[in-house]
Amino acid sequence: MSAPFPPALVIDEVRKSYGSLQALKGVSFQIERGEFFGLLGPNGAGKSTLISIIAGLSRATSGKVAVLGHDTVSDFRLARRKLGVVPQELVFDPFFNVVDMLRIQAGYYGCGEEVWPWIDEMLERLDLKAKRSVSMRALSGGMKRRVLIAQALVHKPPVVILDEPTAGVDVELRRTLWSFMRDLHSQGTTVVLTTHYLEEAQEMCSRIAILDKGEIKALETTPQLLARHPFRFLRLKFANGGSLPDSLRSLVASENNGVIELKLDTQANPIAAVFDALRAAGLAIEDVHTREPDLEDIFLELTK
Amino acid sequence: MSPDQIGFVTLLKKEVMRFWAVLGQTVSAPVITALLYLLVFAQALQGRLVPGYDGISYTQFLVPGLVMMTVIQNAFANTSSSLIQSKVMGNIVFTLMAPLSPLEWFGAYILAALVRAALVAAAMLATALIFVPLPVAQPLALIGVFLLAGGSLAALGLIAGIWAQKFDHIAAFTNFVVTPLSFLSGVFYSVHSLPKFWYTASHLNPFFYMIDGFRYGFFGHADVPIAQSLLWMSGFFIVCSGAALWMLVTGYRMRK
Repeated sequence: MSAPFPPALVIDEVRKSYGSLQALKGVSFQIERGEFFGLLGPNGAGKSTLISIIAGLSRATSGKVAVLGHDTVSDFRLARRKLGVVPQELVFDPFFNVVDMLRIQAGYYGCGEEVWPWIDEMLERLDLKAKRSVSMRALSGGMKRRVLIAQALVHKPPVVILDEPTAGVDVELRRTLWSFMRDLHSQGTTVVLTTHYLEEAQEMCSRIAILDKGEIKALETTPQLLARHPFRFLRLKFANGGSLPDSLRSLVASENNGVIELKLDTQANPIAAVFDALRAAGLAIEDVHTREPDLEDIFLELTK
Repeated sequence: MSPDQIGFVTLLKKEVMRFWAVLGQTVSAPVITALLYLLVFAQALQGRLVPGYDGISYTQFLVPGLVMMTVIQNAFANTSSSLIQSKVMGNIVFTLMAPLSPLEWFGAYILAALVRAALVAAAMLATALIFVPLPVAQPLALIGVFLLAGGSLAALGLIAGIWAQKFDHIAAFTNFVVTPLSFLSGVFYSVHSLPKFWYTASHLNPFFYMIDGFRYGFFGHADVPIAQSLLWMSGFFIVCSGAALWMLVTGYRMRK
């Protein structure tokens, strides 16, 4: 018997092989209802493969996926009706205009005229109102991306997956999209996001999984993930072209245009000790800045 | 309608809208091509008698075969071109992610191809009837043969569309399978006028039974008994549909 309130997504020991290449090596995790979840990883990590399996575009070599308790293979109709996916590639059907495309997409999911007001609302929210009757082939890349987002949401799915929705889009669309997604999320929609813009994931997602080489490397809430990094960064610029003493050389994370960034272990390298060493070397500091590690630092640490 | 039925009807409607959007290319062009065949062959072979078809002029003999050849080619073209275009453009993902069953996919694509084939056949017949009087001796056989032939070729188009990875593959399938088999199926001649070897070979061509059965619908007699034609066509339909459905169920070349 299925649970009364099953999680939004359950991914259970999912493996996918292409010949000898193992794209997914037994991935398991679950995403609760109402989460804003980030699925991150470098290119080739297996994110899109996993999303394709969830969406039914690809079949897992082994393992199971369920959307709100519905198995994506044995109960594919209900699983797919509960799911909306914005694909990564900018795909479109050149035979139709924007509104016809959205109505066709709604029809595939068993929705009729009752969703037409929702289609109109999406056209408004995604700044597509003026393009309503324009052929898909005549739209710019950014506009096509907006239609793709509307297509994924047209049947009001309770679980939405956005596969790099902001890749190559301008700031305006990015803002429009995130504002729209925040609204949907506040109404109870579960959102799963993959992105290469890590600041987006850090800002939007309450929990993050990092996938690398087909395996989950980390799966934690965003604050826990950020707290995982036992470092902080100290950026220094010396007056009169002074240079760092040899005792601190091993701590240099980057050096650019006379600005040196030191990566300090919060336990082993207290900031006070660094300043003592600089003072002892007689160095005059022109500018100083400290920075807590961000998601990019954690990401690089986990996937290097 | 249930959500599943709405999904099926939507896919059917979308497939019809797809060829409807380019009606000049999908309906008018094949009708004009077939009428040109009719004009040229009827003019060149005027007065010629067709063995086994007493009282029927060569032009009359030609029309059912040409209509069926056009049905064959267009039913195949509709499903195969729709699928390969969707695959190449990438928009196949919209239907692959939709909650549609393999049987609904199959039904919607086949029915849309039959709608296009019926439009082409009706337009051709309406134009031909202005110049050539044609009897309709067996209307039920006519409809049955149309559905079996159109359905089989639409299913064959599904197979080709799923198998193909680029437009060249569809062109090869059309040029090396569909066109030769339809030209060598007795459209322009009665198989009784062929040498023994080609007479026998024609009976192994499933398209021959489609042309011959369709001709039976008009004239009430043909080169082979209608029961034999219907049997062959039913077998061909079952094989093509079975293969297409197997591809859809297993996700062959589509759900990687």
